[in-house]
Amino acid sequence: MSHVLSLLVEDKPGLLTRVAGLFARRGFNIESLAVGPTEIPGLSRITVVVDVEDLPLEQVTKQLNKLINVIKIVELDQTQAVQREHLLIKVRADNTTRSQILEAVNLFRAKVVDVATDALIIEVTGDTAKTQALLRVLEPFGIRELAQSGLLAMGRGAKSITERVAVPRG
Amino acid sequence: MPAFSSPTPTLSPAAAPSDAPETLTGAEAVVRTLELLGITDVFGLPGGAILPVYDPLMDTSKIRHILVRHEQGAGHAAEGYASASGKVGVAIATSGPGATNLVTAIADAHMDSVPILCITGQVFSTLMGTDAFQEADIVGITMPITKHSFLVKDAAEIPATIAAALHIATTGRPGPVLVDITKDAQQASAPFVWPPKLDLPGYRPVTKAHGKQIQAAAQLIAEAKKPVLYVGGGIIRSQAAEELLALAEATGAPVVTTLMARGAFPDSHEQQLGMPGMHGTVPAVLALQEADLLVALGSRFDDRVTGKATLFAPKAKVVHVDIDPAEISKIRVADVPIVGDLKDVLVDLLASFRDATGGRKPDYSAWWSYLNGLREEFPLGYAETTDGLLSPQKVIQRIGELTGPEAVYAAGVGQHQMWAAQFIKYERPNSWLNSGGAGTMGYSVPAAMGAKVSQPDRVVWAIDGDGCFQMTNQELATCVINNIPIKVAIINNSSLGMVRQWQTLFYNGRYSNTDLNTGHQTMRVPDFVKLAEAYGALGIRVEREDQVDAAIQLALETNDRPVVIDFVVSADAMVWPMVPQGVSNSYVQYARDHAPSWDDDMAETGRTENDALAKELRTVTGGNE
Repeated sequence: MSHVLSLLVEDKPGLLTRVAGLFARRGFNIESLAVGPTEIPGLSRITVVVDVEDLPLEQVTKQLNKLINVIKIVELDQTQAVQREHLLIKVRADNTTRSQILEAVNLFRAKVVDVATDALIIEVTGDTAKTQALLRVLEPFGIRELAQSGLLAMGRGAKSITERVAVPRG
Repeated sequence: MPAFSSPTPTLSPAAAPSDAPETLTGAEAVVRTLELLGITDVFGLPGGAILPVYDPLMDTSKIRHILVRHEQGAGHAAEGYASASGKVGVAIATSGPGATNLVTAIADAHMDSVPILCITGQVFSTLMGTDAFQEADIVGITMPITKHSFLVKDAAEIPATIAAALHIATTGRPGPVLVDITKDAQQASAPFVWPPKLDLPGYRPVTKAHGKQIQAAAQLIAEAKKPVLYVGGGIIRSQAAEELLALAEATGAPVVTTLMARGAFPDSHEQQLGMPGMHGTVPAVLALQEADLLVALGSRFDDRVTGKATLFAPKAKVVHVDIDPAEISKIRVADVPIVGDLKDVLVDLLASFRDATGGRKPDYSAWWSYLNGLREEFPLGYAETTDGLLSPQKVIQRIGELTGPEAVYAAGVGQHQMWAAQFIKYERPNSWLNSGGAGTMGYSVPAAMGAKVSQPDRVVWAIDGDGCFQMTNQELATCVINNIPIKVAIINNSSLGMVRQWQTLFYNGRYSNTDLNTGHQTMRVPDFVKLAEAYGALGIRVEREDQVDAAIQLALETNDRPVVIDFVVSADAMVWPMVPQGVSNSYVQYARDHAPSWDDDMAETGRTENDALAKELRTVTGGNE
């Protein structure tokens, strides 16, 4: 079963290696990974999707917590959090298929960001179910290239993952 | 927190910050920081990228640097120093191969939670990433085997980084921490700010346990009919042996001490059942297997203890106390998980237990009568050798008897290690040092050296094998030159004995590449007595039983140089009892073809679950002897 973990980490050299290495070493598979800065300088956020059962998940979380540079870990399940991923899709499109593709793009509230005589680049943001559905619709037209971000997630409501977190110096 | 003496900078009274901080080179800052942290002994070997640090090291009167002959020796010496004293051990090496030579010792310390600080030189920061001479990414290499590691490229960061490294190494679950310092950071100058501020927002080890969980644990102990205190190395690391003794005596429950916990509970105590696991005593193994409650105290359900984990202690509830939350329910789900420092938890647990029982001792008499029956029927022992040659168990037993429990015993890895764990009687923590988790051959001599440096008034024995000894005996030079008079007992069976034992039992006696040619009727390469003499140590050869005591006595009387005794023993002696790998511990064999018999009760434990396996095992262990 897929679980979404959000890690608040110190922005230190080698941090990503430590996190990724831990998953590999303990035999857990990372499905997706997204890393970026937070609103607090010196702190980064890693959103990682991992496919494990509940008990091994507990073990992953505990092991991650032992990493000195990991400050906080929360699991963000779909009911309590907004989850989004971002895709760029290059689709084969000629005069006969372009309008059908554009119709799908509109239905999915996606966007065309590049147009060529024989292809389109489509940008879409959404949860995994939506992006996968769009991909299934576009599949028959011929997907030439796909770039996909890791999943991003944020807990709903006013609470913040950075609440009561010591701000690193320097 | 475990009481490793690490004067943290924030606690140091002598460390009032002055108005204008002194300017020091990074190298001077390394030495000054170690001094201020109370480090008195370091083990190391210089090289290009750590040369700047070695210059001020020459001037300090507060730190004794012991020049090793191989960096692995420095690492194991730091481990032995730490394990024998409860203080942190320090090793210094240069970049590249110097640093990679530390790797085995770092991995070893990581597996056995030994607090060591490794300081390595790194090439100039401008050269990093260019495959420069003696460049190795030691921070990257050691990431999986350190508690944490730091790369320092700025001289100003040196004091705070080393102080943080020491803090991490010695608090919570102890472990190895590496600080890699570029050569330009060592050469540059920076204001020396002391005490530095520790900036570790993600490091908060839990030490005080949850009160409700402690009450729940106390309740389980009070209600149990067949409890066992399953004691691991955590008791020793948290210096909680006294607290353990108090709890054990208040409950009257049997105690087993794992390989890492030998000495955590006195062997002379009537509640001590001995070591559990693959080569544990029959009473210890079966006590765990039959228990209705395991109170796991700083133990981690290692596969060498549990055998096949799904069949381990099948009827037992589990109370698991550990300072590392990740150990709890890692292998075996805990009914009552307690995260905290054993030294505090055991005090609270004892108080809760007294509340729960109203001061009455629970009635474990039926349980003890079963266990005492096992003790009577299956005492720890060994058979005389069939080839008439010296019995290794006898030698080890006599070393223990003639030297006594105040000594420190550091073993290598293999048969001699198991015999040393079985046949030397340990009465105090920190008296037994070995490589438990990693199983590092070559640990013994340098670890004994480190132990002797931290415990100069104790007798320190390295109980070694002829295979292990050949991996790190170069440190005899360090011992002789630095006046570190350790005593080395080579249990010389002329082979890689434990591997040979498995070849005997599981490979039809096909001895592939286990003969070392150091014993009877061989070329004796090397001649250990001559080797010892070449190093300036006293070398003694013992081949007959009537020479054993005299040689040990001579070793005990010789304190002006190290002693090496080449005990040339029978190669056919085997370690018993034994649970074959990967099966239920209920298959424990007392001796070859001699397993305890079972009542119907055992059916539930998995013993009869697989008759085919049982038959196969009998066949396998039928062997060729």
